[in-house]
Amino acid sequence: MAKFKVNGVEHELDIEPEMPLLWAIRDELGMTGTKFGCGIASCGACTVHVNSSAVRSCVLPVSAVEGQDITTIEGLAFAANAAGTSGINDNSAPNITAVQQAWIDHQVPQCGYCQSGMIMAVSSFLASNPNPSDADIDAGITNVCRCGSYPRVRKAIHSLAIA
Amino acid sequence: MKVSRRRFILSSALVGGGVLIGYSATRPSKHRLANNELAKGGEHYVTSFLKIDPDNQVTIYVPHAEMGQGVHTSLAMMAADEMDADWEKVRIEQAPAIDLFANGDLIKGFAGEAGVPSFLMGLVNVSATKIAEIGNLQITGGSSSVRFTGDTAMRTAGAAARQMLIECAAQRWNVPADECTASLSYVMHSGSEQSLTYGELASDAALLEPTTEPTLKDRSQFNIMGKAISRNDIPAKVDGTAPYGLDYHSDDMLYAAIRMAPVFGTKLVSVDASAALSRRGVKRVVELEDSVAVVANSYWRAKEALKLVKTEFETSENDSISSADIAARFDAELASSNGSKDFEQGDTDDAIAGAADTIEASYRVPYLSHAPMEPMNCTVHFHDGKADLWTSTQDALGIRGRVAKIGGLDENDVTHHFSYVGGGFGRRLPFTWNVIDHATLIAKEFDVPVKTVLSREDDMQQDYYRPAVHSNFKAGFDSYGNIAAWHNRFTGPIQVAGAAFIPYDIKNQSIRVVDGETHVPIAAWRSVDHSQQTFFTESFVDEIAHRTGINPYQFRMNLLLRHPRHRKVLEVAAEAAGYGQNLPEGHALGLAVQESFGSICAEVAEVSIGDDGQPIVHKVTAAIDCGWAVNPDTVEAQVESGIIFGLTAALYGEITIENGRVAQNNFPDYEMVRMADVPEIEVHIVESGEALGGLGEPATPPIAAAVTNGLYILTGKRVRDLPIRKHDFSKPASLAAV
Ligand code: FES
Ligand code: FES
Repeated sequence: MAKFKVNGVEHELDIEPEMPLLWAIRDELGMTGTKFGCGIASCGACTVHVNSSAVRSCVLPVSAVEGQDITTIEGLAFAANAAGTSGINDNSAPNITAVQQAWIDHQVPQCGYCQSGMIMAVSSFLASNPNPSDADIDAGITNVCRCGSYPRVRKAIHSLAIA
Repeated sequence: MKVSRRRFILSSALVGGGVLIGYSATRPSKHRLANNELAKGGEHYVTSFLKIDPDNQVTIYVPHAEMGQGVHTSLAMMAADEMDADWEKVRIEQAPAIDLFANGDLIKGFAGEAGVPSFLMGLVNVSATKIAEIGNLQITGGSSSVRFTGDTAMRTAGAAARQMLIECAAQRWNVPADECTASLSYVMHSGSEQSLTYGELASDAALLEPTTEPTLKDRSQFNIMGKAISRNDIPAKVDGTAPYGLDYHSDDMLYAAIRMAPVFGTKLVSVDASAALSRRGVKRVVELEDSVAVVANSYWRAKEALKLVKTEFETSENDSISSADIAARFDAELASSNGSKDFEQGDTDDAIAGAADTIEASYRVPYLSHAPMEPMNCTVHFHDGKADLWTSTQDALGIRGRVAKIGGLDENDVTHHFSYVGGGFGRRLPFTWNVIDHATLIAKEFDVPVKTVLSREDDMQQDYYRPAVHSNFKAGFDSYGNIAAWHNRFTGPIQVAGAAFIPYDIKNQSIRVVDGETHVPIAAWRSVDHSQQTFFTESFVDEIAHRTGINPYQFRMNLLLRHPRHRKVLEVAAEAAGYGQNLPEGHALGLAVQESFGSICAEVAEVSIGDDGQPIVHKVTAAIDCGWAVNPDTVEAQVESGIIFGLTAALYGEITIENGRVAQNNFPDYEMVRMADVPEIEVHIVESGEALGGLGEPATPPIAAAVTNGLYILTGKRVRDLPIRKHDFSKPASLAAV
């Protein structure tokens, strides 16, 4: 039995301990916001948060997240609201975070397939470095976007910077 | 502007009120299907692009796939503007994949431009008669959606709707129609100060005889087109709810992992699946002609079990072929064959013999994989003599037909369910059928949905690749920069007509293509032949410029006197990039220009060499003339995207063949440009007001040559084969003369 929380909901799954978290989330739980891109921790499409740090779930066996708190793109706003870190300060319980809003404002996604992972990666990156330089962004955001949304990702990140 | 030919404008009452107004380029009698599908039992034949409900909701149906190019929004903008709809009240939906939406205008647009829809790969020897067959496809490719579907069908349908609504209001108020105006989903009569919403008029409008000659707006009358409007597909793409083909899920579904013949074109000989069959969750092992698949209750279980399957594939004469063999064959072909004519003008041999100076150069580019971010996948559910289909595709209608054919069903019994497309780039066009055919045959053995997925490795090794091409040039010129003769021989096949043509004023030209057929399957790859040919032609022109001592910008401008649009984009890009001005120490600017898919794009790359001897691209300044911009923000995004896609190919892209098969596996050995490599990109839109040009592709071709032309200025080293990363720039040869 694998036991972990996804977006605040406890799950107990009768699956192999070596099954990567990505496939447990997608095929066992049927939550498809987290994407499969490469399966070898290279592209970042499968990025989720485990106890609020970004990890690439395609190579992470469920045995490694036993009892942990996992957040996927579907639960990002919920988790941020709960932690008071959504970045949106209007008392509503927003269903997107400031990062997601910046993605809309800057019209970042193209095909959009990489963006769940990109947003998860950027959210945790900004949590630890709220005012990153371009060099920080280059080093910290290594996800692949085949459509080349990078210039807009960069702009959106800068727009979120807390000086 | 009047629509020139009589168009078929059709309208239909909707059950429960409202009207459906559409446009058809063919006869309405073919469109029975749409009636059932969209009007839900209405009585008239309709082809539909938009619907107005009594509550004043306008729904615009877009017959193209959304791959991130913003086409849903752009096409809806075109219809909404012509009908003077309130954009806030417009809903956008992808039209269902039914015959009705076959891209008549798309086919005609291409037939006019190049004779053949150029992105339909696999039809290398396509004949005109094939166009009729192709006519039944609902394709998104060739950068065609906005310029063909949009500029004809969507705008016409919108304009017809506006005219019919005005007509309807005029009758109700008993006033002349030309005293009525439309705006923001209202019709108004100023004399009597009356107004009605489109919703209030819709049911009556359905009773009118449809307009036959709707009048389109002039650009000065646009309210929505030309504005940077937010794309409607973006909100769902930031919260994980946007559905892609790979995302279809049901509790009873099964998953297939597949191993295809590693050497293209070979067949499966034998399988030992005993170990796999005993694995948890494995349902069946399916043997197909060229592959074996494990079907299990999770993709991961299927994939793990597949590792235990022992397979033997037949041997073939291609088993020992490597990239070096292919290169040698191309060179031999170029040495021995004069090929077939692509373009001939004047007497090139004579002109070269008489020229003051001559120059020769040989270039080559490797095979490339598309590598869309969403791995290839297809889910099919056979049940009750019908099939449901989920797959991300650039051609929903074509895929539906293919699944019907392979699955032995009538096309009308196959339903394709909408999804967004996680990257196309040509990989999800017709004739790149591999995952579709396999998924259909596998799913046919089950009565639950079966999702077949190609892993990243599978897709990299089983793609239909951008062709490797070799291209040899000779030119005769004088020291004033006049080129008397241009002689070019390259390996084919030609996939899109005219990609090797040059805009430069050169009297004698001989451009011919020799056979480049190999066992490696090929397909259209973003911008098709333009990405290779522009690297060749724009590099060689640059080489000639440097030999004459005239700067490459001025050299091009001098030879483009008959191409003012080319001159304009070059001028805008060069000026914005600071061409001819002081650059930071160790930086240089390279430039290139190309016309493709009706747009002209110039790019200037600012480059330097890093401490590791590898090039750094600091900034790319682009100027694009796409006629005019329907949505300027989408234009910019597409140019950024096209440049980065082309830069990945230029810097890193290389698929090699070893022992008849592809050597690369995944992103580390088929590297992508990532954040750290991405230059600053500045996009200038040049509005010539000419016909709309494409946008998905035209920014990709110039970038490779722009970068390598810059590297030459910087290092004196001329890159004649890609990718750039194979070259070492750490020890500059000698600084170039210019
Ligand atoms: S799918 Fe996990 S990093 Fe690419
Ligand atoms: S938006 Fe398509 S891969 Fe990033």
